[in-house]
Amino acid sequence: MSGAVPASPGARGAALPQILRESGQCEVFCGLSSIVWLHRKMHDTFFLVVGSRTCAHLLQSAAGVMIFAEPRFATAILQERDLAGIADCHDELDLVVNRLLERRADIRTLFLVGSCPSEVIKLDLHKAAERLTSAQRGRVKVLAFSGSGLETTFTQGEDQCVAALLPELPRPQAGERNLLVLGTLADVVEDQFNRLFDALGIGPVQFLPGTDTQSFPPLGEGTSVLFAQPFFNETAGLLAARGAHLLSAPFPFGVEGTLAWLKAAARAWGLTDAQFEGTTAGPAERARGSLARYREVLAGRRMTFLPDSQLEIPLARFLHRECGVELLEVGTPYLDRRAMQPELDLLPPGLRLVEGQDVDRQLDRVAAERPDLTVCGLGLANPLEALGLRTKWSIELVFTPIHGFEQAADLAELFARPLLRRAALKV
Amino acid sequence: MQLTVWTYEGPPHIGAMRIAASMRAVHCVLHAPQGDTYADLLFTMIERGERRPPVSYTTFKARDLGTDTAELLKTRVRETYERFKPDLLLVGEACTAELLQDQAGTLAASMGLPVPVVPLELSAFSRQENWGASETFYQIVRRILHQQVPAPGSTPRASVRERCAGRRPTANLLGPTALGFRCRDDVVEVTRLLDSIGVDVNLIAPLGASPADIARIPEADFNCCLYPEVALAACSWLERMFKLPTVKAIPIGVGATRDFLREIGALTGIAVDAALAAGASRLPWYSRSVDSTYLTGKRVYIFADATHAIAAARICAEELGFKVVGLGTYSRELAREVRAAAALYGTEALITDDYLEVETQVAGLHPELVLGTQMERHIAKRLGVPCAVIGAPHHVQDCPARYAPQMGFEGTNVIFDTWVHPLMMGLEEHLLTMFRGDFEFHDEAAPSHLHGPLPNPSPTGGGAPDSPPPVGEGPGERGPQWAPEAERELKKIPFFVRGKARRNTELFATERGIQMITVETLYDAKAHFGR
Repeated sequence: MSGAVPASPGARGAALPQILRESGQCEVFCGLSSIVWLHRKMHDTFFLVVGSRTCAHLLQSAAGVMIFAEPRFATAILQERDLAGIADCHDELDLVVNRLLERRADIRTLFLVGSCPSEVIKLDLHKAAERLTSAQRGRVKVLAFSGSGLETTFTQGEDQCVAALLPELPRPQAGERNLLVLGTLADVVEDQFNRLFDALGIGPVQFLPGTDTQSFPPLGEGTSVLFAQPFFNETAGLLAARGAHLLSAPFPFGVEGTLAWLKAAARAWGLTDAQFEGTTAGPAERARGSLARYREVLAGRRMTFLPDSQLEIPLARFLHRECGVELLEVGTPYLDRRAMQPELDLLPPGLRLVEGQDVDRQLDRVAAERPDLTVCGLGLANPLEALGLRTKWSIELVFTPIHGFEQAADLAELFARPLLRRAALKV
Repeated sequence: MQLTVWTYEGPPHIGAMRIAASMRAVHCVLHAPQGDTYADLLFTMIERGERRPPVSYTTFKARDLGTDTAELLKTRVRETYERFKPDLLLVGEACTAELLQDQAGTLAASMGLPVPVVPLELSAFSRQENWGASETFYQIVRRILHQQVPAPGSTPRASVRERCAGRRPTANLLGPTALGFRCRDDVVEVTRLLDSIGVDVNLIAPLGASPADIARIPEADFNCCLYPEVALAACSWLERMFKLPTVKAIPIGVGATRDFLREIGALTGIAVDAALAAGASRLPWYSRSVDSTYLTGKRVYIFADATHAIAAARICAEELGFKVVGLGTYSRELAREVRAAAALYGTEALITDDYLEVETQVAGLHPELVLGTQMERHIAKRLGVPCAVIGAPHHVQDCPARYAPQMGFEGTNVIFDTWVHPLMMGLEEHLLTMFRGDFEFHDEAAPSHLHGPLPNPSPTGGGAPDSPPPVGEGPGERGPQWAPEAERELKKIPFFVRGKARRNTELFATERGIQMITVETLYDAKAHFGR
């Protein structure tokens, strides 16, 4: 079962990164963890996981200190009587949902989130969502998606959630065009991008998911889609099926990524290079300037990424090309060629890119190579630190604003901080 | 289906992990889907563990369900043994794997590995974490010791007094685990305590024990069941099979520590009077000193695991002079014991694992101090009530760098400090009353030792600290009105008791059908509730 096999060579042969596939124990979160940031972004939603106590425990462990008095997520825990058929799961679910919605008049959209156990017992949550939506008579919309570890890895939960939202998006008027930016972004980052698109004369621009599930942006043949996050595999297929035009670009991390990302939209809107540069040169220069001091810390450092959030490839590209980092190994839970090709094109030839995971072997390599910094999940960080290695928790990368020009230096700082801290500590 | 916002306990396989992570030379293989590895971070983050918990997962995915998950399990078991070479292998299933019915434990046990394989039946859909820990520990003990069980009719084990004639008795400390509350320091403190009366520790388990250590359990003269949630099942079995007596008193608090010593004294014949008289605790004097007068009758709400909740109630009532207004636990297995304890303090125990139920009760009882878990810390923070954490589940900040046991006499000193400090300091409370009109002592000024402004009691409304908490107030419930001069008079009452004064007055008025609260009503209520 375990072991690494070289994947078939890519179109560019030797110039492509060397891709190894590993299978074994995967040390990654399941898609349910996406709920932790999705519910913060969408203010009028509630996420009800239909699962086991493990799901509830995962959510509160992943949420860490972010404990709210009564958060907008919960778990309907399946019990022995549900599984033994003593209780009808659908009746039970209706009871739970009614109880929940009675307490929370502020909820407009309820997501039923499938889990490993609900999938194994083949509980049809889409059917339940339809039933509950009609029972709510327009007060609350009930949608379903899967966050199970059988189907999804960590950030893929957001992919599934956004895919479930797409049928709610209205069709644009004939001849109407819009730019849809996909992926949860901090409000401040949305504002920055809005100003840039405005200055470029690109628009109207909408972001999905947004804070309000009562009004959705239009989606149709006049829609161009720019992906702000690299994990929208399922959603991309559905967008294309609705006739949307998917823009291919590197992701907006660092100056280079942000420029290329904006440029994809600029091209779609028929802007000239001069127009584009006129608007972006200033912010790009400012970002390069603030990045410079972290480049001093990071240049020449040897770094390994363990697979986690799908951000590994774009961030490795940023660190290598803009901060001078030497990449030892870049792990990714899975490789989505459509999304990643523009990133792969920018990675150094011969890079060891590992798809999937066998965590024990991977940690053996880390122990042998002793990178200056290892980007990994929370479960692995302290044991690596105890070996005298420096680490960066990857989960922070999905909670912190890291996109765009103004955050380029913040992003570099996240990686520089553990190194600066090591240098500062005399104990 | 059970609607759950926060869960006190994890699923039972987390309990199995805690046992594996506590021990040496033990490894656990869990048949579990991708994503269940999140549990590693509990050990490496909350307890700042320097090693990964010794747990390997099959992390199966949808595509594996179409093939053979049982084969995947066997591969992982084999690889795990080869890589880690444990002396004992635990094999269990997380919830989803239980549904696949691969019989992981039985399957692994039949693989012919050269070490004991303990299959775990964890009942993921009906049991919880502490039960899982207890069951795992019990199964390990049984598996290692079953061959040593004396045959029926063999010479009975001598009494402890006979066994110990002319030598120091030895004890096993059973129950401490990884992620248990302050177990790391408790075992050090109890070891010292036992040494002070001439008892040696034979072994501590599961924390730090290897399978070879478990085999030595019967060499001790008695067991101390320090955390019944984890060790009671194993202790009962050892008592039945080996006639190995169990000391049941749990040394948390001055009285309970004395009881613990007396119980050991009675069992072993050791004179413990000197140790009792030595009084290594500062709690009794600190509690009698005049500064502590202000602690009198402070209303305290307690909710935690049974062991810590019962101990806390006794300390509060008998050693700190608080009034226990509520006592509860999520430990269903020990509900009877908690109910009995609650009856001692004239209250009814709340046995629940529903966080919202606890929150409603805390809000309704208006305690002045909450002693609970990490969950109650959040409830208390939201309601603006001081709080100390007394049990698991806990947070990284409840794993202090310093030595901070809960057990033994040093434990009582730690407890006095941690539970009393969140309350207003005695002198400071008087100063606040004297200078209540002063510009620096206004509603938003918190006591200096609390670093910063009072917490906003509720993100969903509730506003000022003296307004009643929103929880438990149904819509349409209209209380009596306040006349403006009564409202002004209320403002003259120090803010930290103003909330209580407001509630008491409104209660007083409601009970008497008074629609408009006047200054007279305010003072009538004060006289009625006067303390």
